[in-house]
Amino acid sequence: MTNKDTAPTLQHFNASTVPTCHRAFSFSRILAITSNTLTELSRLKVFYVLLVFGLLLIGSSIFMAQFSFQQEFQILKDVSLGAISMFTSLLAIVATARMLPRDIEDRTLYTILAKPVPRFEYVVGKIAGVLLLLAITTLLMAAAFVAVLYMREQAVLHATASQMSSAPPDQVADALRAIRASAFNINIVPGILIIFIKACLLTALTLFVSTFATSSVFTIVMMVFVYFIGHLEATAREYWLHEYGSGLITRSFLAIVALLFPDLQAFNLVDDIVAGTAISLAVFARTALLGVFYTVIYTLLAVFVFYGKEL
Amino acid sequence: MTRALIVAAVLVVMGLLKLPVESDLAARHRAEHFRGIEFNLDLREKLGQLGFMAALSGFRSIVADALFIQAHAAWEDTEWGRMLLLFRHITTLQPRVLLFWDTAAWHMAWNASVAAMNDANEPRQALRVKAQREYFALGKDFLERGIKNNPDRPELYEALARLYKEKYKDHERAGEYYAKAATLPEAAPWDRRFSAYELSYCEGREREAYERLRSLYDEGEKERLPTLIKRMKFLEDKLGLPQEQRIIETEPPKR
Repeated sequence: MTNKDTAPTLQHFNASTVPTCHRAFSFSRILAITSNTLTELSRLKVFYVLLVFGLLLIGSSIFMAQFSFQQEFQILKDVSLGAISMFTSLLAIVATARMLPRDIEDRTLYTILAKPVPRFEYVVGKIAGVLLLLAITTLLMAAAFVAVLYMREQAVLHATASQMSSAPPDQVADALRAIRASAFNINIVPGILIIFIKACLLTALTLFVSTFATSSVFTIVMMVFVYFIGHLEATAREYWLHEYGSGLITRSFLAIVALLFPDLQAFNLVDDIVAGTAISLAVFARTALLGVFYTVIYTLLAVFVFYGKEL
Repeated sequence: MTRALIVAAVLVVMGLLKLPVESDLAARHRAEHFRGIEFNLDLREKLGQLGFMAALSGFRSIVADALFIQAHAAWEDTEWGRMLLLFRHITTLQPRVLLFWDTAAWHMAWNASVAAMNDANEPRQALRVKAQREYFALGKDFLERGIKNNPDRPELYEALARLYKEKYKDHERAGEYYAKAATLPEAAPWDRRFSAYELSYCEGREREAYERLRSLYDEGEKERLPTLIKRMKFLEDKLGLPQEQRIIETEPPKR
């Protein structure tokens, strides 16, 4: 074979394999990992949670028919928002805890990291997938809750209007206003956002724990403890800062809890919002910022630990 | 190992940075009536271990609702003692829910008190009356504690005014609480009127009551309700006001 014969082949080869410049950071790579994570999680049938939520709503609505409309709306809001909080927290912990061990077990992780994908992008893509799933789930649950509340409100409004058909118009208007006031309250929206931010925080923390955990069971057990201790953090912090605790061991324990754990009580605002307490923009913004701060820090720590992990 | 130490150091530094932020946020939350309950041994004893853990994990509203449903069942079985206990737990868990304070007070002062008065197992009337008054006091206690926890909401002031009026027949205190409710931002339009009505029943305060009713009357047609005119006419007669100072209405306007 002469040089003349091989020339076009070489030319063709060179044209198709010019190495494109590899970027250190790529949104499209993260997006690919995110969408893949979301698809994987969807295949785990996590959306069945919504079915349970729906049944809970319908069941409680039927059960509450014996109460007055104020009691009914109060319980409906409490149960629905409590269920949203519980399901999102559970989903955040369980879905994230399974993520890394599953990828290692299926060897998907090695396939991805063998390509020019930095570990940072892998972790960010994974967490973004879970956060997207949480956002969709929260949105769907919130929509179902608002729909049920609206339907119950309309039913009570119609029943009241027909019962008071012979009453003076101002009395009817007062009664209808009272019903509307006890149903949907716009403050519930920031309350649901705070629930979502709490779930994001738990996701990032679970991811961080799973980077050094040996199994998903260990991560879940650890996170259950963290969840309870996190809700006690505010009490521990106050006791530590105000020097209520006596003895070196007690004070050291309080200090560890106060320093190392997030204050999860800060994100439990929805109980008081349902009770009629208005949330100011300043308080909402500060609470949300605290949640975002935790989420970012725990994600960065997860990335840092993941870089040192032997795979 | 180095990586683990770095992570530990970052967590501690982050902890030190977040402490003042969290303390400040907690103070702001309390100032705006969030985080209204203290998680302590007293609450733990009241709720039991499971209830306490659930409340601690951010599900105190659900625990309170479960207890409320139990209280409803206890009401159907007329177990007043159990109801009292349950409502104490409910209001401890959800001190900002007016509905719970109001329902607890209503059950005690209206339902349990009537049941005590009609108790067929207690032949002595003196003891039945004593029990009845104890339930009035329990209802009053719920409302007073509810007001302490929610001083900015008019509903419980109105409920306490009703209790003083209907159960204690204390028109002066009833008027006082209606007047307090009327000063709050979301007060019902009738609070001022009701306060003046109650005052009109108080011996020795007829002049003051008449002046308040008169000022309402002078506000226009909207306030000139049959009861208001009736009470004004009664006070005009009682105070012996000259004809030229009296209102000219002879019969209540048709509405």
